Amino acid sequence: MSDTHDKSGEHGHEHPRHELGYYARRIYAIRDLLLEKKVLTQEDIQEQIDYQEQRSPANGARIVARAWVDPDFKARLIKDPKAACAELGIDATSLNEFVVLENTDKVRHMVVCTLCSCYPRPILGRPPDWYKSLNYRSRAVSDPRGVMREFGQSVGPDVEVRVHDSTADIRYLVLPIRPSGTEGLSERQLAKLVTRDSMIGVVDALPASAARA
Amino acid sequence: MGRAVSARFKPGDRVLVKMEDRPGHIRTPWYVRGKRGWIERVYGEFRNPETLAYGGDGLPKRPLYLVGFEQSQVWNKYEAAKDKLFIDIYEHWLEPA
Repeated sequence: MSDTHDKSGEHGHEHPRHELGYYARRIYAIRDLLLEKKVLTQEDIQEQIDYQEQRSPANGARIVARAWVDPDFKARLIKDPKAACAELGIDATSLNEFVVLENTDKVRHMVVCTLCSCYPRPILGRPPDWYKSLNYRSRAVSDPRGVMREFGQSVGPDVEVRVHDSTADIRYLVLPIRPSGTEGLSERQLAKLVTRDSMIGVVDALPASAARA
Repeated sequence: MGRAVSARFKPGDRVLVKMEDRPGHIRTPWYVRGKRGWIERVYGEFRNPETLAYGGDGLPKRPLYLVGFEQSQVWNKYEAAKDKLFIDIYEHWLEPA
């Protein structure tokens, strides 16, 4: 990993791909110091990893699927999102404010944070790399229809597109439209149709056929 | 939500985002400074990130609004006439328009 290392790739053998970059080495060094100085224990670190891992788009998918099958729950979710999450055992209390944006035939929402990477982490986990990219952050606000097209989503001219730039204390979740032909599906099957990207609002939920895959 | 707030603006009010330039942890994106929009919703009061980010207490709290903009008013060449942009903006960045 020294700077003099031959990176030309012309010396006849493959290099292991797990070589750590500068920031990874730095964070591991800091971790080791915190352990050595007994600021943290290995258990503390594992606990935090478990906490981060349990925050995933599966939480959001459960919320959306419940809203699709239960109109009263949907009404509560839009009125008081954190309380509705708690009903499903999902802890959204770490969010300052949490707002649910319902897509309809006439209006669709898309979420971005142009300044950094604000994202409803308790509901969706860590944001994807593209969400943090300069390309998405700049084009989501100036050309949302073009961005959606690149994700494979066409939006008719009669539909109003509303982009939410979450620059401050509010975190947003898009409630996608329930796909057609899903009347016979269970809540669990419906949740399989609710992708992370559909809850950011760049695409619709998956078609009914995907629930049986 | 639903907290009592002494807010200067109410939903429907027309507002202008101040055209200011100063360093710091500013949460008002450049691309809407100097643009006109309307108050869509009053979110309540929040600690001010402009001091919170530097180890301060963020007090006094600042009212935060959901501000709506017509996309065609924000960008020079935006074609879909009905499309809108919503941004969370603190009160001290807004003035009546």
